[in-house]
Amino acid sequence: MRMFAALWGYRGFIFESVKREFQSQYTNALLGAVWTIIKPLSMIVVYTVIFSQIMRAKLPGVDTKFAYSIYLCAGVLTWGLFTETVSRLQNIFLDQANLLKKINFPRLCLPVIVVTNALVNFLIIFGLFTLFLIFSGLFPGMAFLALIPLLIVQTLFTIGLGVSLGVLNVFFRDVGQFFSVVLQFWFWLTPVVYPISILPTAMQKAVQYNPMTAVMTAYQQVLVEGQWPNWASLWPVTVLAVLLCAFGLRLFRQHSGEMVDEL
Amino acid sequence: MGAITVNNLGKAYKQYANRWARLAEWILPGVKARSTLKWVLQDINFAIQPGEAVGIIGINGAGKSTLLKMITGTTQPTTGSVQITGRVAALLELGMGFHPDFTGRQNAMMAGQLLGLTGEEVEQLMPEIEAFAEIGDYIDLPVRVYSSGMQMRLAFSVATAKRPDVLIVDEALSVGDSYFQHKSFDRIRAFGQQGTTLLIVSHDKNSIQSICDRAILLDAGKLSMEGEPAAVMDYYNALLAKRGNVTVKQTTGADGKVQTISGTGEITMEKVSICDETGQAIEVVGVGQPVKLVVDILAHQDVPELVLGYVIKDRLGQAVFGTNTHHLDDKLERITAGSRMTYSFSFPANLGVGSYSISAALHTSDTHIAQNYEWRDLAAVFDVINVDKGYFVGVNWLPPVMECKR
Repeated sequence: MRMFAALWGYRGFIFESVKREFQSQYTNALLGAVWTIIKPLSMIVVYTVIFSQIMRAKLPGVDTKFAYSIYLCAGVLTWGLFTETVSRLQNIFLDQANLLKKINFPRLCLPVIVVTNALVNFLIIFGLFTLFLIFSGLFPGMAFLALIPLLIVQTLFTIGLGVSLGVLNVFFRDVGQFFSVVLQFWFWLTPVVYPISILPTAMQKAVQYNPMTAVMTAYQQVLVEGQWPNWASLWPVTVLAVLLCAFGLRLFRQHSGEMVDEL
Repeated sequence: MGAITVNNLGKAYKQYANRWARLAEWILPGVKARSTLKWVLQDINFAIQPGEAVGIIGINGAGKSTLLKMITGTTQPTTGSVQITGRVAALLELGMGFHPDFTGRQNAMMAGQLLGLTGEEVEQLMPEIEAFAEIGDYIDLPVRVYSSGMQMRLAFSVATAKRPDVLIVDEALSVGDSYFQHKSFDRIRAFGQQGTTLLIVSHDKNSIQSICDRAILLDAGKLSMEGEPAAVMDYYNALLAKRGNVTVKQTTGADGKVQTISGTGEITMEKVSICDETGQAIEVVGVGQPVKLVVDILAHQDVPELVLGYVIKDRLGQAVFGTNTHHLDDKLERITAGSRMTYSFSFPANLGVGSYSISAALHTSDTHIAQNYEWRDLAAVFDVINVDKGYFVGVNWLPPVMECKR
């Protein structure tokens, strides 16, 4: 509890850091903050225009023009949030070694800053995507609200995994290398760019054990079909997320002292 | 507020035989001692009262920085504990977390918060910070255009903007140009007077002796001496020259002063005295009186080279003047066992009123570090009194020629 009280005491610092990290991306650019919109916008344009207009890709079972584009955005944007956060978290203590060695401050500030920052970036790009949905008349309606609990579950899962890897990576640098390989495979073993139905039945079963499958499927269900997700399918990943958080926190508390010696 | 209690403190780093040993220790149950502990600091005990100023000295690798890191809390102790009451500020690494693309003001805000101040507090202190740093309009320019001195000024101003209960300073006394060095030193001193506990690590004898009430000497990870700064400094000096068969001896005289004698002893000083012009040993000297420092030396063994050095120190142990025969271009060579020599140095005692001591040393080359035959602190003591000069203050007699035009 003391740990969280200390974090709260440093909320000003956390806020400033998030702001700074956000600003530092464009302080020296002529177009400034505009870039934070241009980059994600171009990505959405690629997925929507190219896939729907030029390649005319179709999603099996759904027959609207933008179905596959929306399917892609739903998966790629949220998966992007997941990988961006996890890969930054796993290196967070190594990257900030200097700060950790020299200044005494609540160390959990660092992961909190990373997660908040990633969420801010995500909300910008996802906000643009939502505008696109509204203007193209494909807004999913009330089911859109389901995204809030989904994002919470995903964030918890990300924090638990990321902090655990971050601590381990300080002691065993192989962890970071290994996990970037894992992320490659994980992406293709999760129905992000393809619908799960195109897989052979045996594969489909296997992919169900992947905790991210349930989350990704839920996003796609909400955004493409406008349906509420199958809450029951999300239980395992929620439990896993909570367990990972507890594990990560325990690992952090046990080894945070020793960590500084290794940096 | 501001008390520090260090109890049985120790720090060891884990060393593994190979990379896999750690993995084994982590995941195999029952496997415990796969690592050996490398102790860098052991059995450190001391207590510092609120408002005290304590200097920590020791050669590189003695464990000073590790001790400070454990006191500031960045490193966890392996054994023992550190208890501190009140807010701690550390001048360990100035300018940490400065981002080159942001303005001085933005960075000051951030650095202040990193040190545990709230945004509003930094906001309130900002005029103060700006005024102390004296970097003018640069405060609103990105830090990348600052000179390194300017960065240091700003960082120091932020770090000391609010008076802490405990201030830890690690050789950061040399901040920027000499003007700012004086200014920052004055601020540290002022904090001390207002009740801040000061903990200072430095190799600079003068800063330790002029500011500290007490000094702690670390040697090879152990607390080797604790006490009055001048005595600890003398002992440290002797340790610097420590080689195999060197003995370091400290005795406490009738007046409570601690005398340090160290050296390998091939050649020693028989007598060191301050004499008047007639050669009569004296203990009271008038300001400006011509005096002679006389040193009798006896060689016990053949030595290839001999340099005699001496330092006149004031009451606080600060050097007032010192030189040696190497710098006077008069070193002796090929001295045979049994020979005696007498050196005499004549000079006017242009010193201020007070008590002075002389440290003398026999060694080779220009310092006593390489080969130290004998180093004798408090080899002679004398008092300077003002007999026939007008009133003045300070450790020097610098008689001015006055002229006034109107």
